[in-house]
Amino acid sequence: MQGFDTKKNIGQRRLVVGAHYGMRDWLAQRLTGILMAVFTIVLLVSFLSGQNFTYEGWAGLFARQWFKLFTAVTFFGMFYHVWVGIRDIWMDYIKSVGLRLTLQSLTVLWLLACAAWTVQILWSV
Amino acid sequence: MSEAVREAQKKGRPVIRNVDFGDITYRGYYKQPPSAIVSILHRVSGAGLFLFLPFLLYLFQQSLLSEDTFKHFAGVVSHPLSKIIILGLSWAYLHHFTAGIRHLFMDNHIALDKDDSQKTARWVLTISLALTVLVALKLFGVF
Repeated sequence: MQGFDTKKNIGQRRLVVGAHYGMRDWLAQRLTGILMAVFTIVLLVSFLSGQNFTYEGWAGLFARQWFKLFTAVTFFGMFYHVWVGIRDIWMDYIKSVGLRLTLQSLTVLWLLACAAWTVQILWSV
Repeated sequence: MSEAVREAQKKGRPVIRNVDFGDITYRGYYKQPPSAIVSILHRVSGAGLFLFLPFLLYLFQQSLLSEDTFKHFAGVVSHPLSKIIILGLSWAYLHHFTAGIRHLFMDNHIALDKDDSQKTARWVLTISLALTVLVALKLFGVF
């Protein structure tokens, strides 16, 4: 663990979980949330400042390399955000460990597939 | 139970017990404050968006792949059933978005106390519904 200091690991500073996963996912949920909010605003501004909703205009937006990468990174962030949220739902409501592990595993696999699908969609333009 | 405890209960000491799903829904024993409504809707809207992810990615793909698939996309989207689903998903997105921004404020210790947090919860419900109405008007061709 980085920056781990046994002298600070006492009293109120005591680590109650080993892997810091609570803090990491809490922070990831915020950072990916902000990323998606920024993307939403950029997309809406580009879209609303354009003329009629045509294929040329829409595809032209996604044809640019920087916008492809921006969209891809936002979607990857979104899939991580979805993972944290859906995992919380499974942890809250699914009491059976076996079923919960199955659902969590399927969620990860499904989101990985969605990430691959996103790449395919973006790089087909 | 001792006599003293029984005596205290007669004087109207609050009974603390587990609240089940029925208590907060059809039995109506507990009225949920705005913050609780925002909280559960944040979860419901997130879960809904997750379930409709394949539909959304499919529409996204159709809209970008080619001129022909774009026309197909426009056809799918103009179907009344699709419009209703898209409106529902728009609400889910807008609610999740506004409730998420409320979270970011609370993370920075803004509007944490009892009254303020109920006020911001009402704002979240109002703003997300107002924006959904705008989307509805656009979707059904009012403007």
